Amino acid sequence: MDARIGIRNTKSMLFKGLIIFLAFLITLPLIVVLLYIIKQGVTQVNWHFLTHVPTPVGEPGGGIANALVGSLLMVGMASVVSIPVGILTGIYLSENPHTKLAYWSGLCVDVLQGVPSIVIGIVVYLWIVKPLGSFSAIAGSCALAIMMLPIVIRSTEQTLRLLPPSLKEAALSLGVPYHRVIIKVIVPCGFAGILSGIMLSVARIIGETAPLLFTALGNSYLSYAVTKPMESLPHVIYTYATSPYDDWHNLAWGASFILLMFVLILNITTKLITRKWNIQL
Amino acid sequence: MKNKRLDLSYSQMKWETIFRRLLIFMGVVLVLIVVGILITLIKESIPSVKSSGFGYLWSKVWDPVQNIYGAYPFLIGTLLTSFIALLLSIPFSYAVSIYLGEYNPKGWLSNLLKNSIELIAAVPSIIYGFWGLFVLVPIIRQIETKIGVAPYGIGVLTASLVLAVMIIPYAASLGITLIRMVPSALKEGAYALGATRFEVIRSVVMPYTRTGLFAGVLLSLGRALGETMAVTMLIGNTPTLAHNFKDLIFGPSNTMASVIANEFTEADHEQYLSALVELGLVLFFVTVIINLIGKRIITRFTNN
Repeated sequence: MDARIGIRNTKSMLFKGLIIFLAFLITLPLIVVLLYIIKQGVTQVNWHFLTHVPTPVGEPGGGIANALVGSLLMVGMASVVSIPVGILTGIYLSENPHTKLAYWSGLCVDVLQGVPSIVIGIVVYLWIVKPLGSFSAIAGSCALAIMMLPIVIRSTEQTLRLLPPSLKEAALSLGVPYHRVIIKVIVPCGFAGILSGIMLSVARIIGETAPLLFTALGNSYLSYAVTKPMESLPHVIYTYATSPYDDWHNLAWGASFILLMFVLILNITTKLITRKWNIQL
Repeated sequence: MKNKRLDLSYSQMKWETIFRRLLIFMGVVLVLIVVGILITLIKESIPSVKSSGFGYLWSKVWDPVQNIYGAYPFLIGTLLTSFIALLLSIPFSYAVSIYLGEYNPKGWLSNLLKNSIELIAAVPSIIYGFWGLFVLVPIIRQIETKIGVAPYGIGVLTASLVLAVMIIPYAASLGITLIRMVPSALKEGAYALGATRFEVIRSVVMPYTRTGLFAGVLLSLGRALGETMAVTMLIGNTPTLAHNFKDLIFGPSNTMASVIANEFTEADHEQYLSALVELGLVLFFVTVIINLIGKRIITRFTNN
């Protein structure tokens, strides 16, 4: 009898050991990748790197100014469209959860979240690039905006649903019109949650390469023209990483480092905001 | 004075109506975007469907020069990489779910681990691809030389390894939430009967959360099928299917997403473009259906 219990306890301990081992083992690839990118990239980055465009193979120097400008410009344009539309749709979904339209829009958000980014690239190519006859930054930011929408919508919706209904009821009972209740009471109360959703979505799209391949294409010169092809950080990494030249690989490591820093900072800030938000609740 | 007040409330009411209409309009816009995506994909793949018909998915030759399009090799490549990645990732995502859901749900260590797993999903796929190309590929090449297969380095296995890491967070973060939702009365009942912790997890926690964890695996699969950049950089991109099993696993191949990524800008005639769009349409349907099934299971699970 005693031996049986011993076996069962040992089994339990072994299982726990295995679970802990596996659970911590998966942080290993993350740490390895992060450290490698930082090690390779940090030596490349300096002021010159950030303010100059790439040089041809063989010439020393060169930077990623064009990609940096392009990424910020396209993500910025995508945000300008996506954030208001996303927040308003999120408000609609949280305010009218049981209407037919809300059911279909909710379904569409799920669909959009699941669509592979490359398919968004194809669609935006067919919508914008083909009719206009040229790759353009506008098309790129349109693809990014579509990628961004579902994240903003879902985070807005979920944050607003967590708010106690008494808030809205109190404001309405004072005779405040509906739209002012939403804008002056509901949205400010859920501001931290909405903001963290926005930051997560920006972090997500700034690293997207696939939808930009056939929309913004890429451009080895610094360009501000939104109707012309434009370079972006992930695309510059892709082009230079798959090239055969060491100089270009180094450029790509530097660009990866910058991209990684953007993503890490956005994610960590979001974590801090949501933590603060949770405490306030 | 009175009149002014009436005017004010009238304009407020007008604004209220406008605001409500605006909200409804946004909901409609969203539906229109998705319907538009679907219609565009279907419309543009009609030329390819007309010429290739149903043989598209089963025929084995992809030769744009001669206008022959068969997506079978890419279908197999996609399924192979995704399922190998899924198999590799399942033990890890389950382990994380059990550890953070059951053994250690609170505290700084738990938070740290949970945040780092979410960070895995946050790192852009291009960075995984780049790292894989320069670090993992040489390692795999050495291993392949040792075990006596052609040392390609790039190929299905390499892509699957990186993919496995990338998809863990999707199943894991859902699994953690679901395992934490197991009613403690059930677990306490089992403990009271003298069950060990392992037995509680095996016979109470796992059966209770089985469908939910399966939904998490489906979400991971949806990600794996549509993942483009990391796979494109690591899979080797050959249009033909390997003949023996060894080459199928270790050798280069191609997935639907990576074919699109590589060839879309080179598609110089209508038929070629249409064939690629049809690939996108297939990818769209498969990932969307898998995702919706997963989401449906989750909704049902959390509502109960």
